[in-house]
Formats: sequence, C-alpha cells, structure tokens
Amino acid sequence: MSRQAFHPLALIASAALVALTLGGCAAGAGTATDSSAGADGPSDATGSTTELRGELTIFAAASLGGAFDELAAEFEARHPSLDVAPITYDGSSTLAVQLIEGAAADVFASADERNLAKVDDAGLIAGEPEAFATNVLEIAVRPGNPLGIESLDDLDDAATADPLVVVCAPEVPCGNAAATLIELAGITLTPASEEQNVSAVLTKVRTGEADAGLVYVTDITAADGEVDGIPIEGADAATNVYPIAALEDAANPEAARAFIEFVHSADGAKVLASFGFGSP
Amino acid sequence: MPAALGAALLVLPLLALLVRLDWAGVPAAVTSPAALEALTLSLTTASVATLVCIVLGVPLAVVIARASRGVAAVLRTLATLPLVLPPLVGGIALLALLGRNGLLGGVLEVAGVRVPFTTAAVVIAQAFVALPFLVISVEGALRTAGTGFEVVAARLGASRSTVFRRITLPLVGPGILAGTVLCFARALGEFGATALFAGNAAGTTRTMPLAIYTAFNGSGVSEDTAIALSLMLIVVAVAVLLVMRGWREDAAR
Repeated sequence: MSRQAFHPLALIASAALVALTLGGCAAGAGTATDSSAGADGPSDATGSTTELRGELTIFAAASLGGAFDELAAEFEARHPSLDVAPITYDGSSTLAVQLIEGAAADVFASADERNLAKVDDAGLIAGEPEAFATNVLEIAVRPGNPLGIESLDDLDDAATADPLVVVCAPEVPCGNAAATLIELAGITLTPASEEQNVSAVLTKVRTGEADAGLVYVTDITAADGEVDGIPIEGADAATNVYPIAALEDAANPEAARAFIEFVHSADGAKVLASFGFGSP
Repeated sequence: MPAALGAALLVLPLLALLVRLDWAGVPAAVTSPAALEALTLSLTTASVATLVCIVLGVPLAVVIARASRGVAAVLRTLATLPLVLPPLVGGIALLALLGRNGLLGGVLEVAGVRVPFTTAAVVIAQAFVALPFLVISVEGALRTAGTGFEVVAARLGASRSTVFRRITLPLVGPGILAGTVLCFARALGEFGATALFAGNAAGTTRTMPLAIYTAFNGSGVSEDTAIALSLMLIVVAVAVLLVMRGWREDAAR
C-alpha cells in the first residue's frame, strides 16, 4: 500500500552525495592552503631576490614554546612580507605522527633525534637535520619545595614521603630522558600519569595536582617562579639534543631554509640561551 | 539518598568550576586573541558541519524511515554507530580512510588534496560524530508522522517533490530543528576525533575543546582562558537545552 518508491538508487545517491560533500570540503581545503603560499607568483624585478613571502608553518617540541615564539617574532620582523603561522607545539612524538599522517608544515624542530628520524624514515625530511640546542632534566616541585625533595631518590616508591610524581610518556623525548635517569639512579618510580608533552607535566605541578614532575631546566626557567627546580645529579647523562629540519613537501622551502639558518645564527643562539638551552 | 548523590554527581563538578572561575578576568580571558580564534573556528566549523549534516542526514533519515523493516534496522544501526563509538575511534577511522596512508590517500594525493590536519578535517570529524543525532531525530519524527498524508496527496496528483515540500517537511520540521540543535551542540563539543584526525594547530584546527585541553596540557592559552572557554561551552549547552524544551512544549501543544 504505502510502497513509496525509495529504491536502492536513493541510497546510492546519498552515498554519492556524501562522497561529493567530503570531496568538496577537501578540495576547498586544498585551495585554501594553496592560497597561503606566495601571493604573487614569480618575483618581478624588485631587486632583492631573497625576499621571503607567503606563510611559514612550524611544528616544534612543546619545550621550545617560549624560545620559538621569540625567534619567530624576530624572524618576522626581518622579513616583513613573510607571515609565520602560529607555531604548533606538542610532544615531539605527537608531531612526528601528525607529519607522517600528512600534516602540512615547512619546519620541524624535535626535542630528540629519534622522533625526527621517524619522519626522515618516512621520506619526508629535506636535507640533513642539524642539532641546534641541548637541554637537561630537573625535578619540578611546588614553590618552596614543601616536601623537601632533594634528589631522584626522594621520588623512589620505597621512600616514605610517597610524592605524587608525573613524567612524560616514554615515547616523548622528555620521557625517554626521564627513563634513562631513573634507571641510572636505580630507583623504582611509579608515575601517577604519563603525559604526552612536557608542558602537561609542568602544568600538573604548577596547579598543585602533582607534587613533583620531571621537566627540562628550560621549563623551570619559563615557569617564572611558579615551580622550583631541583637539579638532578648526573642529568648530563640524559642530555637531549634538539634537531631541526625542513620538510620535503614544504609549501615555502625558501622561508624554511632561511628560518633554520636564523635558528643556527648567533642571534638565534642568543635567544635560545636566554631561555636556558645549551648549545650542541 | 542515592538520588541526592546522583544529583550531586551531576551538579557539583560544574558548581566547583563556577567557584574556581576568576569572574573578574572572564571578559579579558574570553576576548584574548587565542580564545577568540578558538571560538571563531569552533562556531564556523560547527555551523558548516551542521549544514553538511542537514544536507546528508535528512535524505538518509527519509530513506531509513520509509525502508522495509529489515533494511531500516541495518541502516539505523549503521547511522547510530558513530554515536556509540568513542570519538577517538572515529578519528582513527577517518585517518584510515582519508589519511596519507589511508584507503583514499593515494587518490587524494593524485588530486593534490590534503585532508587530515586541515580545517576541512575538523568539519568532517564533527559531521561524523554529529550526523547520528540529526538522522535519529528526523527519522523518529518521520516514523511518528507516518505516510498517510503523503499517500493521499500523491493520489490527489501531487508530484513527489510537492509532497516532500508541502507535506513531509512541515510534518518533520520540529524533528529537523531539534536534530539540528543537538547536532550543532555535539559538533561544538567534538574533541576526540578532531584531535586525531585534524590535530591541534592554532587558528586552523584548534577548536574550543582543543584549546581547553591545550591550556591544561600544553602551551597556548592560559588556564584562566581554558576555564572561561569551558564556561562558554556550558552556556551554549544550557541555551541548547532551553531552546529544545521550548520546541518540545510547542510541539506538545
């Protein structure tokens, strides 16, 4: 009776519509990202052949936050026609996965060689990655160190204080370094949480949700008194070396190369040193 | 007693959030560039996703409502699956389909289109998780309305498009509206699928939920901004519920 003719065709039509809409969306995105690259095509005779244009997209390890914001601002000031997109900061392993899965970026600065190598192995790195900074871990504690934590031994599960400790997950550089130091100290540390980037560890300590966390000395500097840092004896044994590289399918390879050169320059090193980074 | 505990579980955390909120700082926090960027992106993507859901969801709902019992059951299950799935699974599934190494990755690469980690990926993730709300609402309204009026109109010589425009749509209008509002609210709150499929880049894919997450777990916006953004999402949710109630009462009259 009520056999309204909604045959399989209608289904196929809906499916096609889905495909079309997704395709349309995606195509829209494609053109949107293209439009960010150089506004005008080949440089007309403006004299300066090295004028950088368009947009520069940077993926950087979370621990580089403050330093890279400053570096990007200085770099932008030198190249008025260039626009540096808001830098994407996250755990190096998260960024590596995103790049391998197809995220678009011009420059990748990792907190260790391992995660940059992952992207390199996927054939996505242009040229050779170069080390530009080093960093070591400290124990972040609440201001005034109420629990009197002096060394890694105080974070041992066998210790009486039983502090709530957070660290980075082992696949993240800061977690890798933490695991190395914990092993060297010969202690058993059961973290309350393993975070995906070092900023998350710092936040847990800063907000008082955790008693202690293993973060970089640069994070303690950047926290500006909201946490105290306890140096770790022999922290050099797990020094992190930060490499930086341009990506193979960078939308703006000239700007990527210029930015990497700037990071390696004396001015770039000065900025990095002011945030507490060592030089490789 | 259990009832009181249940109410406390639902209400106390939100109350605590309001207590923790630095009210004096709310205007500044909400109007900070980072917050405005996340808010604008969220509203834009959620609106587009809702539109996509309407365009795709209403016809799908009609097909399900008018299909034979067995087919309808299968379709309904498929259409509600994203609602029950953890959004993170949706994110991985979307990467498996549209990622660089995904099923359609090669095709997209040839076409020079990159979907993951773009604003389009945010919209697709939101549409994926929000579509079931719309389909279920509209399909329910259609089944309640039945096909009697449509059959009569068709017998009286109305063309199929006329029947759809003059009979079907007015009958299921309230259902579509309710579905749209729910759909929008769900898209606005979408986090898991977005985080995996679209990533977390300020201005491109950092929607409000991601901004809140980043504030607590990364760098970017300040913690106060995160709490203020949470407040905004709560306000939106409450507004949605109020609007829905208004419609239900209208519909009941």
